[in-house]
Order: sequence, then structure tokens, then C-alpha cells
Amino acid sequence: MRAWVYAGMLVFVVVATLPLELLLGTRVYARWRRTGLTLLCVAPVFVLWDVLAIHAGHWSFDLTQTLGIVLPGDLPLEEALFFVVVPVASVLSLEAVRRVRGWPVRGEEHR
Amino acid sequence: MTHTEVSLVAVAVTVVLDLWVLRTRLLTTRAYWVSYAIVLFFQLLTNEWLTSRGVFRYDPDAILGWRIGHAPVEDFLFGYAIVTQSMVWWVFWGRRGVEREAPPAGGLVAQRRAAAAPSSDDGAATRPPAG
Repeated sequence: MRAWVYAGMLVFVVVATLPLELLLGTRVYARWRRTGLTLLCVAPVFVLWDVLAIHAGHWSFDLTQTLGIVLPGDLPLEEALFFVVVPVASVLSLEAVRRVRGWPVRGEEHR
Repeated sequence: MTHTEVSLVAVAVTVVLDLWVLRTRLLTTRAYWVSYAIVLFFQLLTNEWLTSRGVFRYDPDAILGWRIGHAPVEDFLFGYAIVTQSMVWWVFWGRRGVEREAPPAGGLVAQRRAAAAPSSDDGAATRPPAG
């Protein structure tokens, strides 16, 4: 179980936000092109920050609490997936709030 | 630069990106702040899970040492930047016309609502009278 401490947190985030897509109809996963472009604009910047910080010694990971797969740049697999899971969860939250409250974000409302 | 300095720069970059570069101006909307508050609550839980177990180990010289639970305050600046930038780029691409509208009949709730609504061309109404 110790190897699943980090991965388990990612699974929790994905599972906890899934009802927003399946029940509330946020249509974030369904709009996969827009989601993909969003990830392309966000993930590389933060992965780079992470890799540079690891190499600068700002932080390190307890690999015994990860699945043990380490990507180039000394990035544990979970840490890389974090930069996909968290942006998607963030967008799901925004779309869920907008859907429930009907609050507009300028430039996106129906014309 | 220390983790503290990089985190502060990231917050500044995020604000400039939203207000002046992409002009998404999400920071001026209620929808954004309510969404961020919800995400922040879950960040408190998940980050506590990881930092209290020592999954992340921080160089004491790279951080201020101020902590919320077990998590260094810098983590919340980092989180603010990634969460906000994700929402900003999502809205940016929507405005550029990339899948701006949600495809119809999204979600089980919406589908059930649509199914429950009476439709003009189904069943009895169009059936010819018996006899």
C-alpha cells in the first residue's frame, strides 16, 4: 500500500471530480481538443519548473511512496500525471460552478 | 532562486497572463473565485495527505518554513498558479472558438431532464385514432 500513497491521491482527485462530468454535464473530457490545448499550454511550463527545482535541490520525493517509475528529469510518474490531473480537475470545477450558478465568463456566453 | 521566489514570480506571471496578456480577466469573475475556493479546499486535503507522509521533502534553505498543516506556504502559491492558469487557458481557447459550446445533452442529469420532457412527435399524439 505504501507505493500507492501518491498515486492514490491522484486516483482520489480523478474519481472525486468524475461526477461533475458524468452527472452535472460539464463536458470537459467531452471537449477533448480544448482540454488538450489547455494541457499543452500549462503542463510543460510546470513540468519544467518541477524538473529545474528538483535539480536545484528545492525538493525531492520519497520514492518508496510512489510506484517507482521515474521519468527523464528525475520526475516520478505520479508527479508528471499531477500536471494532467490537477489542470483537468481545476477546469471541471470552473465549469461545474458555471453550470450550477449560471454565472457567465465574458466572451463565452451564447450570442 | 529559492522555491519562495519562484512561487511569487509564478503568481505574478499568472495575474499578468490573465489580466493583460490573454485578457481572459477571469480574476474579475465570481465564477473563478468560487471555483478557486473549492479547489483550494481539496488542495488542503490532498497536499496534507502527501506532505504529512513525507512524500515531498523540501530543502529548508529553499522555503520560508511557514507551513499550513505540513505543507509549506509556497505550495499554495504553486497551486494557485497551476489551477488559475489551467482555467485561464481553458477560457482562452473557448473564446478562440475551440469547442466553445458544450456538446448537447451533457451528463446524466441533463439527459434525464431531456427524456422526461414531453416531446411533440413521440407516441400517442401522432398515432391515428383507434377504430
